[in-house]
Amino acid sequence: MKDKIFRLLLFFAAFIILLLCAGIIYALVSRSSDAFQEYGILGFIANPEWDPRPATEEYGALSFIIGTIYTAFLALLFCFPFSLAVSLFNGEYFKGKRISSVVRSVVDLLAGIPSIVYGLWGFYAVRPLIIDLGLNAQGFGILLSSVVLAIMIIPYASSLSTEFISMVPNNLKEGAYSLGSTQIEMIRHISLPTASSGIVASYILALGRALGETMAVTMLIGNTDRIPNGLRDTGNTMASVIANQFGEADGIKLSSLIAIGLLLFIITALINLIAKLIMKRVGRA
Amino acid sequence: MRRLFIFLLFPIVLYSCNNSNSNSGGNSSRSAISGAGATFPYPYYNIVFRDFMSANEGYTVNYGAIGSGGGIRSLRDHSVDFGASDAFLNQKEIESMNSEVIHIATCMGGVVMAYTLEGIDSLKLTGELISDMYLGKLKKWNDKKIAAINPGINLPDLDITPVYRSDGSGTTFNFSEYLSIVSKEWNDNMGKGKSLKWPAGIAAKGNPGVAGIVQQTEGSIGYIGSEYALTLRLPTAKLKNRAGNYVDATLETISAAANVALPDDMRATITDSDDPNAYPISLFTWILVYKDQKYDNRTIEEGKDLIKLLQYVISEDGQKVAAQINYAPLPEQALVNNRNLISQIHYGGVAILDNEVSSN
Repeated sequence: MKDKIFRLLLFFAAFIILLLCAGIIYALVSRSSDAFQEYGILGFIANPEWDPRPATEEYGALSFIIGTIYTAFLALLFCFPFSLAVSLFNGEYFKGKRISSVVRSVVDLLAGIPSIVYGLWGFYAVRPLIIDLGLNAQGFGILLSSVVLAIMIIPYASSLSTEFISMVPNNLKEGAYSLGSTQIEMIRHISLPTASSGIVASYILALGRALGETMAVTMLIGNTDRIPNGLRDTGNTMASVIANQFGEADGIKLSSLIAIGLLLFIITALINLIAKLIMKRVGRA
Repeated sequence: MRRLFIFLLFPIVLYSCNNSNSNSGGNSSRSAISGAGATFPYPYYNIVFRDFMSANEGYTVNYGAIGSGGGIRSLRDHSVDFGASDAFLNQKEIESMNSEVIHIATCMGGVVMAYTLEGIDSLKLTGELISDMYLGKLKKWNDKKIAAINPGINLPDLDITPVYRSDGSGTTFNFSEYLSIVSKEWNDNMGKGKSLKWPAGIAAKGNPGVAGIVQQTEGSIGYIGSEYALTLRLPTAKLKNRAGNYVDATLETISAAANVALPDDMRATITDSDDPNAYPISLFTWILVYKDQKYDNRTIEEGKDLIKLLQYVISEDGQKVAAQINYAPLPEQALVNNRNLISQIHYGGVAILDNEVSSN
């Protein structure tokens, strides 16, 4: 009897989760329909204008989509060497040793730091560096937010990569050594190719994280609602514009912001789905 | 296990007993008065609401500084008892409110141009120059147009970084209204509003956000409430008013700007006043409430509490706080209009004039 009740409760809990997810999607779709009806789905996505003035009101998501993709991919590029190095350090060179557990703990610590604390640190510590390097008169912009974002996603990329690299079977590695390869050659020809799908999945997950990051980015990106002209320029991302302008938006502006939220939801869901599919493939192999 | 459970239950029960005892006596069952809106008057509201609470036992006032736009929207959604805004409602906003809203002016302040330039504590600027900076036409501090009105000051060869608001702001409204008056180019291209499409510079959220960025960025200039500039010890530029004098934002200059005829509904701006001592970007800031306090589940008691708060804010005690934080108290005509407006607040047709309140 207790078993039955327990099963029922579990089904109930699972059902509520599904209902919640459906509810979120429904709310997003229903409230953004005004904006999509007004501008057309493709029209809204491809429009770089964001004009809140009552006389010439017009909203489009392109500036923010470009800003989001720009910062997220740049962050991925910046984090790549560091997270790969850390995962090789933990998964291959110093696998199982004391130092590896120390490094892992520190990297996990990085993952636990709240976004706003990163934003604060970026504002007071990294920004003066960028100003001193002469890249920018005021420090804010795509470069600053990408750098801080890169540091934020290093833990996500490296921890999963470490798992996959350490999972490479020993007999494969020993086979390479017995043929006379050095450690670097072994990594290049055996470890990395074997773990490659897993590593790709981990970077895609890190990308998904970077795409949705709000607080740190909104403090560092300059919040200018237009397409950025390169690394030195300021811009805005989808998450950041919602955070800034949600409070007083109404009517078509609110609908546009919710539409941007829906787009962000879809993009991150897709990215996570791709990562899951890749990991599933690896699991089967 | 069971013992642990009982052990934890005991203090919880005690605590809840304690609470209900204090609630059953006196006024502490009164609901809190909530408001949201402009960040500009937040230093003022912070102090005056605190004084109200200490002068009136059992009353609680909560205020969320989310920007004028947010305050108007929260009032419309009925999620707060009053909204606060430095921009009065325009015709479209009035129509979007479900019932009539009245504007109670609470104090006056000045929007100052705070800047950070090493070694330069005093700077003169005109409206046209500021307009050019924010339009991206004036790019360097040592431009000859700025040097011409600032003889003897060594302006650096540094980029000008204008800072503006990323959220919907009454401060932006007053600032852009001033620029629309003094610069035809601004009026044609930018206009006035709580949110604009800015061609140059960077944005931050709230008065504190702009003040923070200006403080941290060499060569930046931003428009903020005078109190924020003073708190962060940011130098501010002297602005040329309509009469041709370069003035700072002080009690006297802000009050001088209000020497105009005020409409009954208090929806007026005092920007670019022609009084020779006036500070050009002076503004009123308002608390917005519904004229008919009977909506949703509001009780007449809540309406009375709200009126008590409003009367305190415009009383002598409330007004002298303004001077403490470098804003300015309301002139007599404004107080008369305010009292008149407050007397019009009713509850489903029943007038609520609180005779018990001791304030004048």
